[in-house]
Amino acid sequence: MAKRESSFLNMVLTLLMITFIASAALGYLYELTKGPIAASKLAKLNNAITQVVPEFDTIPSSEIYKMGVDGDTLVFYPAMKDSILVGTAVSTFTNKGFSGYINLMVGFLPDGTIHNISVLEHKETPGLGDKMTKKKSDWSVQFNGKNPAEFKIKVTKDRGDVDAITASTISSRAFCDAVDRAYKAYMEGGKK
Amino acid sequence: MSQWKNFSKGFFKENAVFVLFLGLCPTLGVTTSAINGMGMGLATTFVLVMSNLVVSLVKSQIPDKVRIPSFIVIIASFVTMVELLMQAYVPALFEQLGLFIPLIVVNCIVLGRAEAFASKNNVFSSIIDGFGMGLGFAMALTILGGVREILGSGTIFGLNLHLFPLDADGNPTTMIVFVLAPGAFIALGYLIVLINKINKKSAK
Repeated sequence: MAKRESSFLNMVLTLLMITFIASAALGYLYELTKGPIAASKLAKLNNAITQVVPEFDTIPSSEIYKMGVDGDTLVFYPAMKDSILVGTAVSTFTNKGFSGYINLMVGFLPDGTIHNISVLEHKETPGLGDKMTKKKSDWSVQFNGKNPAEFKIKVTKDRGDVDAITASTISSRAFCDAVDRAYKAYMEGGKK
Repeated sequence: MSQWKNFSKGFFKENAVFVLFLGLCPTLGVTTSAINGMGMGLATTFVLVMSNLVVSLVKSQIPDKVRIPSFIVIIASFVTMVELLMQAYVPALFEQLGLFIPLIVVNCIVLGRAEAFASKNNVFSSIIDGFGMGLGFAMALTILGGVREILGSGTIFGLNLHLFPLDADGNPTTMIVFVLAPGAFIALGYLIVLINKINKKSAK
């Protein structure tokens, strides 16, 4: 078949056809994958909540409440067992990471003691700052069972009580910043 | 040109990364581990094969003056499909590659093959070409990712190799520079030397 001539009508029609078919195909695929994408995101969230608070029997992601802090939003996920609050998972953040934004899930017991921490999202350097994740090292375990009222959430270089990750003081500082933000918000009004 | 030659040229003689130096941005960006390199390479292969297929199918229907925008729309559609599918079914890999998947659209290999090969050859040759170039790209990324992972983290595909002595805290003392940006350039440089040597030998 000979090549089509580059007349105005031909060009417009060709582009119209191509974009029409492309958008129809993408729209169909979007509908198809919407469910699985939402499910995998929710599974990840629930998994993180289960990790950071004591055992519970409600669905925390259904009773969330939010609080605006420092230009972003902290999300609180209360976890109940037999209608008694056993802990609250707080999705907190910091922009002070070595590569910017870090998103953590911090679990607090009702008195403000940290139960466990899980990293939701980070872009820290592989091999250095990424030791904050449980997969890479046990560094973040030192927070478990500590109450920020007597345990200063700052690295030892800043006269706090947290041992920084070797060669990753910036990442450790950012981690502390996020945990501290969650704790303050939780004590100030996040408690319910 | 025989189809076998058409397929295998993507691996050594015209390897996109080591010989043509195309698509270096994702190459340097994602290859912090072998599995990341392989995931990126396979995603690119899928886009290459599908866009080559469609471009060679519709090539006679597209007026010359609008061929580049047409190709870009076709490529971008397949990239978005890969993005949605990965997000739905392999979320862990998607999180690692996230930023680089949309960038496949502007990967010069994909548009380059559509323009230089698929728009001039028949459907079958174009598919073979897409597979060859794509898998050659995947191979290059996996090798580069593997080298960087072994030297920088002491693991391969997440498996600990126990190559490096442990420090006082029990962490292996690896060459961290290799998982950082400069390490990508260093490792790629040495790999290019090696591939050039192989290519020169086989040409003799």
